[in-house]
Amino acid sequence: MSTRSGTQHDELRELQQRLILFKIGLLLVVGLLALRLWYLQINEGDYYHDLSENNRTRAVVLEPVRGLIYDRNGVLLANNVPSFGLYVKLEDVKDRKALIESLVNLVGLDENTVRKKLPERGSKLLPRKVKDGLTLREAALIESHRLDLPGVTVRAESQRNYPSGLTAAHLLGYVGEVSSDQLEKPEYTELHPGSIIGQYGVERTYDRFLRGRAGQKTVEVDAMGHEKKTVEVGKPSAGDDLYLTIDARLQSLAEQLLGEEFGAIIAIETGTGDVLAMASRPAFDPNVLSRELTAKQWEKIVQDEGHPLTNRATQGQYPPASTFKIVMAAAGLETGTVNLTTKVRCMGGYPFGGRVYRDWKERGHGVMDVMDAIVDSCDVFFYTLGQKLGIDTMAQFADRFGLGHETGIELPSERTGIVPSTAWKTRVRNEIWLPGETISAAIGQGYTTVTPMQMTMVMATVAGNGDSFRPRIVRAIKERATGQVLDLPSVPRPKLALKPETYELLHESLEGVVTRGTAGRARSALVRIAGKTGTAQTAALKDDRRKGTDIPKKLRDHAWFVSYAPAEAPRIAVVVLVENMGHGGSWAAPLAKQVIEAYVKSKPAEPVTADAVPAESPAVAVAMREVHD
Amino acid sequence: MIDRVLDSRSLTPDHFDWRFLGLIAAILSLGVLSIYSVTPVQAVTSTPVYLKQLAWIAIGCGAFVAMLVMDYHKISRLAYVLYALLLVLLVVVLVAGKTSRGAQRWIPIGPFVFQPSEFAKLVLVLTLATYYTRSPRQGWMQRVVLPGLIMLPGLLLILKQPDLGSGLSYLSIYISMLLVVGMRSKAMGTLLLFAVMLFPFAWELVWGSLHDYQRERIMTFVDPAYDTGGKGYHGLQSRIAIGSGELLGKGLYGGTQSQLKFLPEGHTDFVFAVFAEEWGFLGVLVLLGLFAGLIWLSLEIALKAKDMLGALLAAGLIAMLAFCLVINIGMTVGLFPIVGIPLPLMSYGGSSTVATMAALGLLLNIKRRRLTLFY
Repeated sequence: MSTRSGTQHDELRELQQRLILFKIGLLLVVGLLALRLWYLQINEGDYYHDLSENNRTRAVVLEPVRGLIYDRNGVLLANNVPSFGLYVKLEDVKDRKALIESLVNLVGLDENTVRKKLPERGSKLLPRKVKDGLTLREAALIESHRLDLPGVTVRAESQRNYPSGLTAAHLLGYVGEVSSDQLEKPEYTELHPGSIIGQYGVERTYDRFLRGRAGQKTVEVDAMGHEKKTVEVGKPSAGDDLYLTIDARLQSLAEQLLGEEFGAIIAIETGTGDVLAMASRPAFDPNVLSRELTAKQWEKIVQDEGHPLTNRATQGQYPPASTFKIVMAAAGLETGTVNLTTKVRCMGGYPFGGRVYRDWKERGHGVMDVMDAIVDSCDVFFYTLGQKLGIDTMAQFADRFGLGHETGIELPSERTGIVPSTAWKTRVRNEIWLPGETISAAIGQGYTTVTPMQMTMVMATVAGNGDSFRPRIVRAIKERATGQVLDLPSVPRPKLALKPETYELLHESLEGVVTRGTAGRARSALVRIAGKTGTAQTAALKDDRRKGTDIPKKLRDHAWFVSYAPAEAPRIAVVVLVENMGHGGSWAAPLAKQVIEAYVKSKPAEPVTADAVPAESPAVAVAMREVHD
Repeated sequence: MIDRVLDSRSLTPDHFDWRFLGLIAAILSLGVLSIYSVTPVQAVTSTPVYLKQLAWIAIGCGAFVAMLVMDYHKISRLAYVLYALLLVLLVVVLVAGKTSRGAQRWIPIGPFVFQPSEFAKLVLVLTLATYYTRSPRQGWMQRVVLPGLIMLPGLLLILKQPDLGSGLSYLSIYISMLLVVGMRSKAMGTLLLFAVMLFPFAWELVWGSLHDYQRERIMTFVDPAYDTGGKGYHGLQSRIAIGSGELLGKGLYGGTQSQLKFLPEGHTDFVFAVFAEEWGFLGVLVLLGLFAGLIWLSLEIALKAKDMLGALLAAGLIAMLAFCLVINIGMTVGLFPIVGIPLPLMSYGGSSTVATMAALGLLLNIKRRRLTLFY
């Protein structure tokens, strides 16, 4: 026993000596841990502190309220209304399939669309928009089923609204989410995916002012992404309001006059360039286009044969037909090719190159001077003149009148039309100009095309004896931040310096067109109107002499009437183009007359923004530069 | 034996180590505080987690006193019975245990769950100490293989759950006791001892040289219950929590990592990170000091134990506590891979708390009786 105890005692001693090493080990390990903690907390502390801040905060974009759009008299054309958006946060969704099914049942969503918007892959933390523009009833329905639909939320949002529907649709445009291509452009750099921008019309060209500046809210989130509290708020600033030059009453009238027909009516103030009305039909509903469209809806709009998305006023290109005779007469007089007394005998046709170019009047007009030729729209006179001038001189004058160029109206994708010349034909078609083509071009047929907007500027230029202003559609911007109204100035165009006699002759003849010529239906008891009719042949019908209703509507002529009034002291230029309506004097002229009469009857109202700042304010200069850049 | 005569004297204040108790109380308090700060009161109906932990500590105090008052020689006599009981419980866990997060570790008893693997460590220390005291300690067979065979069924049952963390602690107890008891050559013993001490850091070197996906594969292979597949998410969030505490910490409730739940398991395995985020480097130094003090005092107990059983028991218990401490803190600071090992006395958990306090009771028991006469 004692031996064993003795051995045990020795062993215990040895064991306990060994345990002293445990003490050293303990100190070593604790020291190492402390060192590691010093490294993490003191050395790298700042770094980890930043990481923890990034962890806990998340930036939430606060969308700005888009600026309002008014007409020249303060009539509201575009505003924002509350709308309900349906969002789904996949993270909180237990059963994706069941959710899709209930959404399809509750609000009648398309199953495939929903499925596409709620992909199984990708971030589950971000709420995804499944539908916007829920009706109040749908929103209430979703809310009442809230407990059965985890992860589904209805958010009140701001939806662009155009109170008068289709009115001025092409001019106002519509809004939509910024596309990924657009995001790469410098003008949209400050935006983020999902931002709403103007996609058409003034909404697009003045988007920079309208859209405002997004704010940012920094929120504290937990690991699941739930918002815990708001750390910081950078308020969004609302967009600036626009005052257009449009007169809503005149605009509505113009649209009513077009009715179901395709075409365009433009009215501008000659002394300022203010566009008072710009109607294009068929139109689209900007309210519909500003919401998210399904592929099917979009396809339907794009493939519509009437091309409702085309603004016929600035993008429709038509042969100017007889309205081109204004340019021709000016060219003839300016070059001295004809003078006031030059006479041509019209026998109803003009033989050239082995064929006869016919006049619209088969019997012929008899002996015509230049004024008669405009008043009665004698083709033969202008065939003769064209033959003498040559295509390149004609092109040069068309160019001076602004044809073949953008008018500079602040609307996207304005078209230029075509002013043919020998050089043009070589360049574009790599063909030689044929002499016979000059004859057609002399009466505004053949290759020549113009937009109604360009013809409006031709009339404004004639009305102003060469002085005209760039067409403008926005006359003032009201800054939200300051409440200041910045008037945008009228921008004069280069003067078209023609001889006074030339303008005089044009004024006289154009008034004659209405008083005793082809546009008798534009004659008004209220005001003296000057104008020119045009009947543009569609390509297929060049030599078809069938009349009226035998011809399928699609192949009938386009009716033009270009005008200004009052003839003695012009204030307004009005251009009407109605597609496939036939004779311009019969179909377009009366419409122009009604627009002019409405304008003359209404008092030339003083625009509402009386507290305007002077036009030369530096802010305006900046604004203008930004718009035109 | 005469020592039984002196039993009545043993509970006098002279022999009661207040420093030891003070350290335990301090660490327990800091643990409850951290749990309190990180687990908000959810519903009125459910008991707050920190209150549950307080209840466990109360039970733990019972276990502490129980282990303190009974003579450890008597407890030692029950060692093999306890070990057999443990194996039965571990089998019960596998058959009828509660599964949570892919592992089957718990036996539900009424409203509580009981985790036998936490007690396995304590029982193993007792069993091995008893074995080494009773059996001759000569020869490779008796020193290493036989105790290894005794230990093995428990280890396999624990790994089967699977519970890698408990398995590793369990194994570490066997190895530590082997080292304390088995090595004749002083030099070799020293060497091996250092090797064990430095093993975690050496492992870090090897482990650190592996690619992430290799580690992930290894980890998910050994312990599918643990999320290492989150690309080291938990480890990173833990380092962010600790590092962002900086010198002075973010204060109670101020820990954004833990409050906003970026830090997983804030009240259990990562309670150290919660503490470090809230109290900073200074707080952490204090805490490390408390732990070091506790182990230091425990080592004193082992050194001054009056007999082989006492010394062996103490050494085993120290190894058990120290291993959990080092591995847990090591994983939260990013030195070791993440394995589910709780921080003794701080992590929320009934079985862990009760088992640890029982172990500490046993340690104090050894100290109490070292003055009793041997013969």
